[in-house]
Amino acid sequence: MSFWLVLTVNSITFGGLLFLLSAGFSLIFGLMRIPNLTHGSLFMLGAYVGATFVAGLTGFQMNFWLAAVVATLTVAVAGALAERLLLRRLPGDQLAQVLVTLGLSFMAADFCLMVWGGDPLSVTTPSELQGFARFGTMVFPLYRLAIIVIAMVVAIALWLMLERTRLGAMIRAGVDDPDMARVVGIRVSQLFTIVFALGAGLAGFAGIVGGPILSVYPGLDQDMLPLALVVVILGGSGSLLGSFVGSIIVGFIYNFGQALLPELAYFVLFMPMLLVLLLRPQGLFGRHVP
Amino acid sequence: MNSATSGRIFAIVVAIGALATLPYWMQGIYYVNVASQILFYAIFALGLNILVGYGGLVSLGHAGLFGVSAYAAGYMLQLGYGHSLAIAVALFMGMASMAVYAVLSLRATGIGFIMITLALGEILWGLAYRWISLTGGDNGISVPSRPAPFGFSMSDINTFYYITLITFIASLALCWVFVRSPFGAALRGTRDQPRRMNALGYHVWAIRFWACLFSGLLTAVSALLFVYYTQFISPQTLALTSSAEVLLMVISGGPGTLLGPIIGAGLVVIVKNVVSAFIERWNFLLGAIFVAIVILMPEGLVPGSVRLWRLAMRWRRTKGGTAP
Amino acid sequence: MSALTVTNLCKAFGGLHVTTNVNLNVEPGERRLIIGPNGAGKTTLFNLITGEITPDSGAIKLFGEDITRTPSRRRPHLGMARTYQIITLFPRDSIIHNVSLALLGLSPARWNPITNLRHQGHLIENGLKALERVGLAHIAERPLSQTSYGERRRVEIAMALAQNPKLLLLDEPFAGLSIDERQDVHKCLMAIPRDVTMVMIEHNMDVALAFAERITLLHFGEVIVEGNRAEVVDNPRTREVYLGH
Repeated sequence: MSFWLVLTVNSITFGGLLFLLSAGFSLIFGLMRIPNLTHGSLFMLGAYVGATFVAGLTGFQMNFWLAAVVATLTVAVAGALAERLLLRRLPGDQLAQVLVTLGLSFMAADFCLMVWGGDPLSVTTPSELQGFARFGTMVFPLYRLAIIVIAMVVAIALWLMLERTRLGAMIRAGVDDPDMARVVGIRVSQLFTIVFALGAGLAGFAGIVGGPILSVYPGLDQDMLPLALVVVILGGSGSLLGSFVGSIIVGFIYNFGQALLPELAYFVLFMPMLLVLLLRPQGLFGRHVP
Repeated sequence: MNSATSGRIFAIVVAIGALATLPYWMQGIYYVNVASQILFYAIFALGLNILVGYGGLVSLGHAGLFGVSAYAAGYMLQLGYGHSLAIAVALFMGMASMAVYAVLSLRATGIGFIMITLALGEILWGLAYRWISLTGGDNGISVPSRPAPFGFSMSDINTFYYITLITFIASLALCWVFVRSPFGAALRGTRDQPRRMNALGYHVWAIRFWACLFSGLLTAVSALLFVYYTQFISPQTLALTSSAEVLLMVISGGPGTLLGPIIGAGLVVIVKNVVSAFIERWNFLLGAIFVAIVILMPEGLVPGSVRLWRLAMRWRRTKGGTAP
Repeated sequence: MSALTVTNLCKAFGGLHVTTNVNLNVEPGERRLIIGPNGAGKTTLFNLITGEITPDSGAIKLFGEDITRTPSRRRPHLGMARTYQIITLFPRDSIIHNVSLALLGLSPARWNPITNLRHQGHLIENGLKALERVGLAHIAERPLSQTSYGERRRVEIAMALAQNPKLLLLDEPFAGLSIDERQDVHKCLMAIPRDVTMVMIEHNMDVALAFAERITLLHFGEVIVEGNRAEVVDNPRTREVYLGH
């Protein structure tokens, strides 16, 4: 019984982490209509930058949360630069933009190898969350529960931004109909930069938040990108609710799959993605078909 | 026959001559091996280009299909069957999985097609990685020996090279015939104006399906050469990065041309094998070259270079005062 | 037997009814003009007839044969050809290649992956004949990207004619043309023999009225008026539709 409970809590935790990763991917896919194949690399970059400051590798040690802020900003800036300098030179050519994100993922992965080497970096859990919570006979690591809370806070913040701010209204308009949005006076290309930076920042944040659980290693990007893809395809691009629901679903499929059907773990993960693409391409809550 | 055609024929003759005598003027078995790699990856790239360049269908899952043929051969050999049967099964499995792949992915076009092929590639990778009882998982499958067609053992480096060269020339000839044929023209038509082609009486889905099968054949052939070259197959060969690499070969060289994928294969293999001796982070270089080509020379190196050459010629002529 | 019979054709997209109970009967060899203000559903009607859109209800018969369920790619093989409002040709290729593709579409050779397309002599021959009918045979080898808009319109017509259609649907063939270009296209169309039935959508009234024998007026997806030139022009409902009173 406790086995299932632990698996469930881990699934929700992982789902929370996936949400932080995929929310940005979903926004970018919904607004710019491209699957951002650099997203896994941005996650990894955030994890590496954060880990560096948490461990004080540059001689400069930071509090975990401060390191997370630095990581998020760094990756957001990187994303903004990539969009402004590269993607913006291919307006409207979605295929070419996807290829650029693909090339960038190669560059980012090797860049991380160059800077941080091949050995995995572990990230110490922030001291205030290094404990356990007890519920009767059940014991759960505090940090895992914290991730769930962080994911929900970010989800609410994103929802408020999308529903209550002008920026959010512009994003929603752009997701629904970019041409109309332009006609109405929305500076769509500027919006692209902002959303790409926001998505990148979220991915970087997810990377460092996931650090204590996943640690950081070469290949982390390759492990996380397909998961973001599955979440967004299942949940639907451009939909925050879709990312949230999709993340929880994938969190469960991933954890239960690994535990119960190890030989078919990835099959069980990607088959639903394929079925959705074939039968209901807009996903559960998506605004449009990829 | 005008000067352009005779020039082209001359270039082809020189190229074939150089390739045929390569083991003699290329010093060292290492470089002969690199040449073999370029040739069978070129076959893979030519196969992908049938879809990407001539069909307008960008696939990010081709490494999965490549892997199916390679694993099929490895598995049969591991069970103790002979090379002929292993090769036959590999070709069959490759084409059969391509047929399934085509039926599933041709339900969409554009970005949708890319996503479906990506998902299919990931499914195949996931099966190779986790279905350990079948594939050995991360440990992969070792291939104990290379075949010896007509008594020529491919364990000999030069013999392997020549067999690969012959296979490459045969594949290239097939592609050349295909591209010039009415079916090839029909395929290109579906790339440029699918709606119009439908209105002209063409069965667009069927054209794309048969093009996929041809692509699958070339992919299976190159996978066989690969698995006999490395004598090993592991899940990494089916990963997204591998699909990205072969796509890189096609896009960088020039999709929609025959020479482009060959140049692209050469570029990627040389960076991976030769440049990597000097620059440790060759993946970075590969990615950078790719991004640069997509942004600056989107038609690819081959057509792009031809265009630059023509511009340079025109510039020279006007500078020299003679009429263009 | 009529060339084209459309019976009670209906199509709606969600709540928007784009075609409502359209009945049409075109006699063999007739020159029919379909007019109507923007948004009347004229191109949608064409798309329903060619099969690119499936109707919600109703029937379409081509020379007596019910083609309502026939896939759109089969209809050219049954004698139906069409030109488009927005030019959709193959810009990377030459004019003669464009026309050859039209001929190839009906030929079993289109499945042939072996022989050289350039050696299909009959395709080139018939392609040149079609280009002669629109006065473009002299520039057959020119790349399409180097042609004028008017020439491209004529290439489109040549492609349709190359398929030897029994029914030719022309969607705004005069759109965007200069006066001279309009004359050229008009000449081509008038030269088409009576064994081809023609249905044309047009906005440009001068050339269109000269061409038409019978006119169908569409408004909001419904047939409002039908008859010969005089009948339609004199009908007060025509004025209503175009002038709003």
